[in-house]
Amino acid sequence: MALKIDQDHSRFRKIVRGRIRENLRKYISQGELIGRQGGDVVSIPINQIDIPRFRYGEKQQGGVGQGEGEPGSPLSGEEQEGDGGKKAGNQGGEHLLEIDVTLDELAEILGEELELPRIEDRGSQQIVKSKDRYVGIRRTGPSSLRHFKRSFRKALQRQISTGTYNSKNPVVIPIRDDMRYRSWKTKSEPIAQAVIIYMMDVSGSMGDEQKEIVRMESFWLDTWIRHQYKGLETRYIIHDAVAREVDRDTFFHTRESGGTMISSAYKLAAEIIESDYPSSSWNIYPFHFSDGDNWSVDDTLVCIELLKNKLLPVSNVFCYGQVESPYGSGQFIKDLSEHLDGDDRLITSEIRDRDAIVGSIKEFLGKGR
Amino acid sequence: MQRQIEAYAREYGLDCFPLSFEVLSYEQMNEIAAFGGFPGRYPHWRFGMEYEQLSKSYEYGLSKIYEMVINNNPAIAYLLEGNSMVEQKLVMAHVYAHVDFFKNNFTFKKTDQGMDPEQGLPIRKWVDTLANHGAVIRRWVNRVGVDEVETFIDHCLSLENLIDSRHHATRSLKKDSSDSEQEQVEELPRLRVDHDYMEDYINPKEFLDRQKKIRDDDKARAKKFPEHAERDVLGFLLEHAPLERWEREVLSIIRREALYFAPQAQTKIMNEGWATYWHSKIMTERAATGSEIIDYADRCASVLASSPGQLNPYKLGVELYKHIEERWNKGQFGREWEQCDTMHERQNWDKQLGLGRKKIFEVRAYYNDVTFIDEFLTPEFVAAQKMYSFGYNKRNNRWEIESRVFKEVKDKLLFALTNAGQPFINVEDANYANRGELILAHEHRGVDLKVDYAHAVLESLNRVWKRPVEVHTIIEEKASALRYDGSEHTQRHL
Repeated sequence: MALKIDQDHSRFRKIVRGRIRENLRKYISQGELIGRQGGDVVSIPINQIDIPRFRYGEKQQGGVGQGEGEPGSPLSGEEQEGDGGKKAGNQGGEHLLEIDVTLDELAEILGEELELPRIEDRGSQQIVKSKDRYVGIRRTGPSSLRHFKRSFRKALQRQISTGTYNSKNPVVIPIRDDMRYRSWKTKSEPIAQAVIIYMMDVSGSMGDEQKEIVRMESFWLDTWIRHQYKGLETRYIIHDAVAREVDRDTFFHTRESGGTMISSAYKLAAEIIESDYPSSSWNIYPFHFSDGDNWSVDDTLVCIELLKNKLLPVSNVFCYGQVESPYGSGQFIKDLSEHLDGDDRLITSEIRDRDAIVGSIKEFLGKGR
Repeated sequence: MQRQIEAYAREYGLDCFPLSFEVLSYEQMNEIAAFGGFPGRYPHWRFGMEYEQLSKSYEYGLSKIYEMVINNNPAIAYLLEGNSMVEQKLVMAHVYAHVDFFKNNFTFKKTDQGMDPEQGLPIRKWVDTLANHGAVIRRWVNRVGVDEVETFIDHCLSLENLIDSRHHATRSLKKDSSDSEQEQVEELPRLRVDHDYMEDYINPKEFLDRQKKIRDDDKARAKKFPEHAERDVLGFLLEHAPLERWEREVLSIIRREALYFAPQAQTKIMNEGWATYWHSKIMTERAATGSEIIDYADRCASVLASSPGQLNPYKLGVELYKHIEERWNKGQFGREWEQCDTMHERQNWDKQLGLGRKKIFEVRAYYNDVTFIDEFLTPEFVAAQKMYSFGYNKRNNRWEIESRVFKEVKDKLLFALTNAGQPFINVEDANYANRGELILAHEHRGVDLKVDYAHAVLESLNRVWKRPVEVHTIIEEKASALRYDGSEHTQRHL
């Protein structure tokens, strides 16, 4: 049964979407939504949308309750943050609503708010394909789409209701009004696959706050890129002086104290791509985060070589995010710009702090590649 | 089963409208509950929000709606499919008591839509009325556009509580009756004359003319619009605001529905208490079988549970009815009782009058929450029920118990219930400074308005009135005016 509430419910969802959009920057920079993800949905807490009326200021009013306690004792132990107590009468307190939003919806909202372009086709490869689906019935259409059964059923209905149906001579002739046609909807479906290869420097100079920033940013990068492709795979590489592939959890929670050889990670990434993700059928997004301290100038030059010859040619775009840390010199981003200036397959972004995440997402995804 | 419960209810003297039950799945229940019990209501996003909340809350196992009952004749009640037998019995008994309350409590008489001459019962076809409202608004949505109409409804809802619930929900608005014409011609002030023949000397014609002119000028100056403060702000706006036809219809619908729902807010404690009283009676004395009684007690306990800082209307209501019943059974009322101040004597006071049952039926008919509490809350009851008043302590930044003193508890409770806990707001002047500005006045009773909300309401008021609007109130002990002129909010001291 189609519920009558559906219409009002979708109006409400629309309003909520607006709310989420308004608060999106806050969500991004406070990391509020990560960890609220369960499967394909994220549950987002928003303040209940209240209809304002003339009413009393709550804190002056108080109320009446029942139970133990002496004058002066608090109402209910712990839950006393701000508007803990509720009062008698029929005005409830302020409620939080938990709204489930699919990752797809969230990506749409992200796209709208940050004005992200959809990712463009890469050469002959189609990222999104339109597909026609027959989804319903309507009263007009080309005769090739006529739905015979439905048309005759309608005609039969009409004849019975007007009393012109003769069961001895069961001839049913549809007239114009009885005709029913299949209707279709064009649906865009992502078809291509993509892989994100996250690389992160986990040497001593990358602190917890830096890693947290990477974690928050990667959540949104995942969400957006997944929205554009049919399938998304993610691979994780951590490195200090050597690189190794790890799972997501280890990726964000490892801390090493060795030196930093960025080239080790780039090498490993190139290997992974070569063996698992032929660039003819995959959209490849390597993201590398570090605080910009590399061990030596020599290693940096190796990195540049690797980028030029191995990584950039196969990637949709190669993104380097430099997270500011008190220990890092921040040199690497300058080296990259210097050597690869003008190569638009390379995007670099400096992320000073949490508030800079939004801007960084925009830099990475704003080119629509 | 329904017939059986109904028979029990009648046996106890409950007097109900005919009642039909419908059994719903929880999705349907949530949907209908979101619409306030009325499928086919006008479209508005808040019903969608309500639905989202109810469904979530149900899915998380936080709450479940067992029943819903509509003040309509015939009354309609919805039961949740999948409730246990005991629950259904309990709920039915509960529902019959609600319907008895709808039929007999005086506040609900205001929702009558006339009398049925054949049955002698009031007509309350609100299910149809609200569906018609839905149709009217849907029609305007098609013509004017969904955003336009919905936004206007948002504004109307912000003003929804500015009604005068003493009015009948179906009262037709008075047209501008020219009260002034019916005013009696007042005597002109004259100087005292001891002898008739002196009259012309003492009060010559010129003098009288002069007096007349002074009086007319005074009058013109004093003539305000409206002449008396008007509690029914929505009614006033309907009559005088420059509204387009669709706006007027929408506003009028919001007002009528607000008036229809008002009695429920005014009798929450009484109505729930009454239903709880009777479902316990019917279940324990009649309906529940031996094996069901534990389940029943469990359900019943969860209904009566109270949490700190929150008054459970079911519990307060049912206890107060029981208290009244006991007092009237024992004759603990009247002058003799009031004057008795011997503790021992009071405690053992029992005249075995047995008037309790009769009394509570009378109470359910002639009282609302305010008068119920005002008249029957006793110091003994407040002590026995461990009632306290609480307030916000700014120093500790927390809610605290303030007092267990009878008078203070009672005053706080009455304040929370008066006008259903809403501030009193009147139309004071609709032609302020002769510029057609609208002034509302808040009758300040010790508690300030929530200022940010007041701002939002002024914006809605301005949308309807289309001229600058103000509300006069007291903010932090200073007489103040909040003003919105259509573009900015200002505040000044009066």
